[in-house]
This record gives sequence, structure tokens and C-alpha cells, in this order.
Amino acid sequence: MRITCPICGERDRREFYYQGAAVALDRPAPDAGPQAWDDYVHLRDNPAGRTRDLWFHEMGCGAWIVVERDTVIHEVYSTELAEKAAR
Amino acid sequence: MRYSALRVIKEGLTGNRGWQPVWRDPEPKAEYDIIIIGGGGHGLATAYYLAKEHGVTNVAVLEKGYLGGGNVGRNTTLVRANYFLPGNSEFYSHSLKLWEGMEQDLNYNAMHSQRGLINLFHSDAQRDAFVRRGNAMINQGDDAILLDRDGVRKMVPYLDFDNTRFPIYGGLYHPRGGTARHDAVAWGYARGADQRGVDLIQQCEVTGIDIEGGVVKGVQTTRGAIRAKKVGIVVAGRSGQVAAMAGMRLPIESHVLQAFVTEGLKPCIDHVVSFGMGHFYISQSDKGGLVFGGDLDFYASYAARGNLPMVEHVMEAGMTLMPMIGKARVLRSWGGIMDMTPDGSPIIDKTDTQGLFIDCGWCYGGFKATPASGFAFAHLMATGRPHQTAEKFRLDRFRTGVSIMDEEGTGAQHNLH
Ligand SMILES: Cc1cc2nc3c(=O)[nH]c(=O)nc-3n(C[C@H](O)[C@H](O)[C@H](O)COP(=O)(O)OP(=O)(O)OC[C@H]3O[C@@H](n4cnc5c(N)ncnc54)[C@H](O)[C@@H]3O)c2cc1C
Ligand SMILES: [Zn+2]
Repeated sequence: MRITCPICGERDRREFYYQGAAVALDRPAPDAGPQAWDDYVHLRDNPAGRTRDLWFHEMGCGAWIVVERDTVIHEVYSTELAEKAAR
Repeated sequence: MRYSALRVIKEGLTGNRGWQPVWRDPEPKAEYDIIIIGGGGHGLATAYYLAKEHGVTNVAVLEKGYLGGGNVGRNTTLVRANYFLPGNSEFYSHSLKLWEGMEQDLNYNAMHSQRGLINLFHSDAQRDAFVRRGNAMINQGDDAILLDRDGVRKMVPYLDFDNTRFPIYGGLYHPRGGTARHDAVAWGYARGADQRGVDLIQQCEVTGIDIEGGVVKGVQTTRGAIRAKKVGIVVAGRSGQVAAMAGMRLPIESHVLQAFVTEGLKPCIDHVVSFGMGHFYISQSDKGGLVFGGDLDFYASYAARGNLPMVEHVMEAGMTLMPMIGKARVLRSWGGIMDMTPDGSPIIDKTDTQGLFIDCGWCYGGFKATPASGFAFAHLMATGRPHQTAEKFRLDRFRTGVSIMDEEGTGAQHNLH
């Protein structure tokens, strides 16, 4: 699998560290309550198909990237800097 | 029909014409007491123990493909009881005891071979960690022997002991650990369940779960609706999708784990050996193939095949540990979909829907758990109470923080197991 870093261009998957579902960008308020925090930290949609997840360009520029890809066929549809996606 | 040596000889002498199919191929009935979704090892074992231990025989196992076509037929077949956290220890200890009686119990040859498992260590710190693990295993009543370098050399002389980067310091030896023929385990439980009246229904995908007023009523399938008083979800890597049919989100992410096998060779690796540095483990099948594997591909995936970086990593780790295998040709590689929990430990529990139960989160280690998982899940579904060996496998443990079982000690977080 190859991932296009918005800053560095297309790179081998090996350059990236995988964080998991992009739910990490929707951090609940500190006082949102245990259910909201459980949803955020532990529970996952875990789709078979299109998903959005977070990758870190560890051996490149160090950017966090939101990758939209397919978990069944491993096709990458789009990538975006996490700082833009989070806005 | 019972199997025996006499029977094999008689059939051999009469052209093998007397063998019958070992399970029926029934049409689904309109209603069952219990429906098990998923005809993998755990689902079949659950059905078997429901019938055998609890006398519940009006049971159907619904399988979307064929019996044993999932992870139960894709794993690298290691069976061991070397866990060390309370919750896991007693469960896997119980499982190994069930393995030791399984073939007699099922009257089926699962080729369970207790050839011994050696986990190697390569530093003082790793030795300390293995001493601790070995003591926990002994406390649990299982077997563990700490081997020094010479002790390892006597048993497995073919390793690269003086590897510059990862010299071998010793190993933790678990004599009762070993392997089994994975398909035979599925078939043995399937046959045992069928003989006790369980309907095994293949080519029957569950597409919906019917719930009314918070109570489960049955399932929708590709072969029509089937009613049931209780439903158990036992679908391994597909747990997220099937749970979603009941409106649930699980603490599970699905990942691919790969495995590899070489051409058949003369016997050369007598034990199960695991490398303590790169993730790599190996055994030799009875057909002669070297069966080996490594770590997850490490990103969420439902592709039942792997990616190249992990193939390379596993081959490199194998060559580092035992250069002799470099001459063997790899025949096949494949992948299976693992239901990974944040702490790497499983879930056997009720759900918020009355009558709906779930058994999942087996990660990369659920083959060895097959008998005890079926045993405990059958107990839970039949009696409504968790079995004592599986009391800590709660679905809500991440929310409550009670009894998180993180064997690797990396933290109970999704991308770390
Ligand atoms: C490469 C690899 C190596 C492994 N090595 C080991 C090892 O050495 N030791 C060990 O202990 N464990 C190992 N494991 C893990 C072990 O194989 C699994 O944890 C275990 O098999 C999972 O339980 P199961 O047998 O019930 O799963 P499965 O056999 O996957 O059963 C689940 C079944 O559910 C069915 N299903 C899914 N969705 C539906 C639906 N909607 N309707 C009907 N049916 C459905 C599937 O078709 C499947 O047959 C390994 C796994 C892999 C992939
Ligand atoms: Zn970059």
C-alpha cells in the first residue's frame, strides 16, 4: 500500500505509523461523561469498506494525515493533513 | 458412527465403501431455542458443549460459508497455556486441560501434539520477564521450565546462538504446549454437535438480528428468517458487522494476521520455537511443511491476505534466528481477519439486549482457546451466569477500567496490540 502525504508526495506504507480510526480528531469535552469517553477511546465502527483513519508520517515530514481508504481492497481514495480535517 | 482402529482396518479391506458423511445438511427450522451465528471453532464448540453439558439440543449453528472456512482453518495451530494475568491464566489453563481430553471426548483425531514450546530470550531484562511469566504459569498449576543457553542448545541446536545483534540467552520451555490439526478441531466439534442433534446450517449468512422491546427474537438470513429464544454472536473478525445489526459498537478493530508454509521437508524442527526479538514463531507440520508467522500487518483491514512489509519482516526474523530455513521454499502465504481488542484479551458476555450474547475479541490467539471458549460461552448462554474460568472477560471492562488484561504490557489502546 502507498499513501500520498500532502507534503511529501506518494510514499511506501512503511514510512507511516498507524494510529487508528480518525475518531481521534473528535475528542469529547473533558466533562462529557464516561459514555462519551468510552465511545471515543474504545468503541469503533470498524467498517468493512470505506474508512477514515489517522497515519503519522514518521519517517518523513512528521505530519499527521487523515487517510480515506478501503479496508477490504486497500485502495487509498484521499489524504488530507489532520490539522485541516480537524478544523 | 464411532471411529476405531478396527473400523479403519475393516474399511481398508473392503474398499472404504462404508464411510458416511459425518454430519447432516439440514434445512433450517422455523425456530430454535438457541442460534449460534458463526461456524468457526468457537461457534461449533459452543454448540457441542450446549448439547453435551447442558442438554440443550434444539440449537442451530448458522455459517455464511462452509464450516471451518474462517480463522479456525487459517491459523498456525499453536496450543499453549502460558498466560500470566489473572483472568487469562485460569481460562487458558482450563482450555489446555480440555485439549488434553478432547480427542477421547470427541472420538476424533485432532492430531494434538504436545511437542513443547520454547520462547527464546535475548537479554537479561527479557529473562526476568520470562522468569516472572514462568512462575505465574507454575502457580496456575501448569508447566514451565527455565532453560539456560546450553539447555536450549541441547534441544534446538540449529539456532544462531551467537547472532551479534540478538544472541540467545535462554528460553522458557512449556512442555505441554504444542500444535493441533486446526481443520480437525472444527470437524470434530461439528460431528459431535451434529450427533447430539444440533443443526449445522452452511451457506446461511445472518443479515439482521430481530429485536423487539429490548429482547432478541431471532435472525434474518440469506435462507429466510429464523426465530430463536437466544442468539450468540461468534464471528471472530466479523464481530463489528454482526454486532452492528443489533445496534452495538464494540471495542474491536479488525486486523490482518499472516501465516506462511514451506514445501514439505524431512523432520527438522521438533518443537514450537518463538523468537524473543522480532515477532516470529515456527513449527513443522506432520506433512513436513514449516509453518510460521509473525505480527499483525498493523492497520485495520478485512483483506484475507497480507501486505509485503510484514512478509519481509517475518522472513528476515526467521533468517536471523535459524539461517538453515533459508534453503526452504515458501509454498503459500495467507491472512486471516483478527478481532483485536484494546488490551488483547477476549470478551465472553451478555449484551444490553436480553437473550443476545457475544463471544469475540480473540485477537491472534483464539485457536488454543477453542474448547474453553465454547465451554464458557455454552455455560453463559444456558445458565445466564459466566463460567468461573471466564468471569473477567467483560464487555464493559474498558469503560469501567476493571480487569483489563494487557498481557503485553503496552497499554490498553487499540493500535498497540
Ligand atoms: C494467520 C493466523 C494465525 C493464527 N495463529 C494462531 C495460533 O497459532 N494459536 C492460536 O491460538 N490462535 C491463532 N490464531 C487465531 C485463531 O485462529 C482465531 O482467534 C480463532 O480461530 C477465532 O475463532 P473461530 O475459530 O470461531 O473463528 P472463525 O473460524 O473465523 O469463525 C467465525 C465464522 O463466522 C462466520 N461468519 C461471519 N459473519 C457471519 C454472518 N454474518 N453470518 C454467518 N456466519 C458468519 C465466518 O464465515 C466464520 O466461519 C491465528 C489466526 C490467524 C489468521
Ligand atoms: Zn510527509
